[in-house]
Amino acid sequence: MTPAQIPVQTLVPQGEHPPAWKWYDYFTFNIDHKVIGIQYLVLAFLSYLVGGVMALGMRAELYTPDSDFLAPAVYNALLTNHGTIMIFFWVVPAAIGGFGNFLIPLMIGARDMAFPKLNAIAFWLNPPAAILLMTSLFFGGSQSGWTAYPPLSLITASHAQSLWILSIILVGTSSILGSLNFVITIWKMRVPSMKLDEVPLFCWAMLATSILALFSTPVLAIGLTLLFFDINFGTSFFRPEAGGDVVMYQHLFWFYSHPAVYLMILPIFGIMSEVIPVHARRPIFGYKAIAYSSLAICVVGLFVWVHHMFSSGTPPWMRLFFTVSTLLVAVPTGVKIFGWVATLWGGKIRFTTAMLFAIGMLSMFVVGGLSGVTLGAPAFDLHVHDTYYIVGHFHYVLFGGSVFGLYAGIYHWFPKITGRMLNEPLGRLHFAMTFVGTHLTFLPMHELGMKGMPRRVAMYDPQFEFLNHLCTFGAILLGLSVLPLLINAIWSWSRGPKAGDNPWRALSLEWTTSSPPLVENWPVLPVVTVGPYDYGTKESS
Amino acid sequence: MQTSPPTLDGASPAAAPAHHEAHPDYRVYGLVTFLVSESLMFGALFTIYLVFRGAAVAWPPEGTEVELVLPAINTLILVSSSFVIHLGDQAIKKNQVVAMRWWYLLTAVMGATFLAGQAYEYLSLGYGLTTNLFANCFYVMTGFHGLHVFVGLLMILGVLWRSRRPGHYSDHKHVGIEMAEIYWHFVDIIWVILFTLIYVLTLF
Repeated sequence: MTPAQIPVQTLVPQGEHPPAWKWYDYFTFNIDHKVIGIQYLVLAFLSYLVGGVMALGMRAELYTPDSDFLAPAVYNALLTNHGTIMIFFWVVPAAIGGFGNFLIPLMIGARDMAFPKLNAIAFWLNPPAAILLMTSLFFGGSQSGWTAYPPLSLITASHAQSLWILSIILVGTSSILGSLNFVITIWKMRVPSMKLDEVPLFCWAMLATSILALFSTPVLAIGLTLLFFDINFGTSFFRPEAGGDVVMYQHLFWFYSHPAVYLMILPIFGIMSEVIPVHARRPIFGYKAIAYSSLAICVVGLFVWVHHMFSSGTPPWMRLFFTVSTLLVAVPTGVKIFGWVATLWGGKIRFTTAMLFAIGMLSMFVVGGLSGVTLGAPAFDLHVHDTYYIVGHFHYVLFGGSVFGLYAGIYHWFPKITGRMLNEPLGRLHFAMTFVGTHLTFLPMHELGMKGMPRRVAMYDPQFEFLNHLCTFGAILLGLSVLPLLINAIWSWSRGPKAGDNPWRALSLEWTTSSPPLVENWPVLPVVTVGPYDYGTKESS
Repeated sequence: MQTSPPTLDGASPAAAPAHHEAHPDYRVYGLVTFLVSESLMFGALFTIYLVFRGAAVAWPPEGTEVELVLPAINTLILVSSSFVIHLGDQAIKKNQVVAMRWWYLLTAVMGATFLAGQAYEYLSLGYGLTTNLFANCFYVMTGFHGLHVFVGLLMILGVLWRSRRPGHYSDHKHVGIEMAEIYWHFVDIIWVILFTLIYVLTLF
């Protein structure tokens, strides 16, 4: 592209900005992308703690085979809301809303997003959504899992289920508004001196994420709206006794919710592509391959959703088609994995906490990705459907993948966001506890599932007791592992050593401004002279 | 799209304190992106409708037949309103604010007539939302579309309200007018598909 495509108009300055935001600015309708990013990150992290406590409640219940710690209805409410919170209120808002908003304008040399007010509106849809979800707990909590399949969602806890639907529709609206903002920002607002192949890979990943969200979220909104009508207004879209179709809901749900898996992992892939070259001091291996593989995942990811429904009476031709497309997604994903490994190869690796988490993510995601490939085969999928094998698989992807990636991002960009360094020894402790805890919690689940332990049930056969003990111990370790991070973040935010503009000697544009960045990001927009990954070259060693 | 010659660093130092809006207006891009996303909502509804139709023995079932004359007139009104609103857009591009206002007012009246016609149809049909699966689909789909017509109407009224002030819109400053027009065309296209699926297909 030519620089002329990005005209910069000089408008009349609209009033003075404060030199830096005060603490109370973070509780207001503020249109600065950095404030919004921090708002997303903090709200998401608080939700993460709530969802984590719910998981600990479930693991405590599952310590023994009998249902003795929680009433079964409470257990169901916890499992529904644990999943909902972790997906819709932690990983998605933290990765897309948090890092996306904070980093994208900084990375592409823009002063803000394309539509700053819309951005703030998108964020402020989240707190009411969280309140709706919390309110649903007072009506018994929805019982039907985060998938909310009818008929279960039609016949249990209808008030709680209705509030749950409204909450998700609000979050979905926020996601659509945020995504269109990202698409226009990345496409139109790059600094003139930045060529298309100098756009940081995080932005490519966010572009793919946003397109995916724009195409899939409305379909979920329709599915949930119809479910809401079925529950409250007497329609029968998903009531088979009146001509409706329950499998129809599953199609609508998974048309969004499989791409949602990529919404949760593509931004993490972007974070990985930023963290690894900086701390390995090597140019990223295969820039174009990694950039385009994000788009490939985005396209193929829209056509794989039925692999969640192999046991829903799916006809054989459909199984065949979706098996092939599912296995196909492994290819662009593999391109990225090999790209990162090749970047590490021969690099001058600095084992900072961010790098530890990035390497941890790499190893865990490979496990989760490969078990995902096994699930793409219907014969095996039917055997382990709705067992703990599934639970183990997606926690390796979403915890070992997404959450580790988020942790890597937090340790990498905390100096930029706050202007202070995090404490490294505490970070390593955090990493060690999380790494051990993750394997201890989720590895035994694969065996439990192969042996036939069903998921989403508060009771289980006594033969599974030992492995469940391991899972519960791992979960306690994971629960404790958040403490070093919390202490570290709170302490370092006020008292950590000053970071300086560029503590990692990174090359992407966000490191060319002060830490924390100025209100308008730069006094004068930066000029791109080196690519974002030109480490080890003459200009920058 | 206006372009200005790029400077070396993309912005002169004088532009530095300028606020967030210091870039060209991308609102039309934003709206189009949003409408692509919105169309997936209708796409989902159309798909559901066709699947239900394919699985049903009789569609629509006896007793819930649709009316055809009134919706056909309504379709005519809505489709023509798309041309009317375009005349308004043409007018503002020639800097004729008064003409633009008259065309937009006419569009608003046509849109309101459409909604009134739809309300009359609902009241005269003799079956309700919960009667059967076809009625479910009929009311939810036309109602959801009606909601969009209503939003489009509000946008047009917003344009009319803002254009009271002289100089608010002109031949080189009319993004709001353009957005209302694009949205109105979108609503119109969706209606044509909806009309074909729900009304015309019942003849076959």
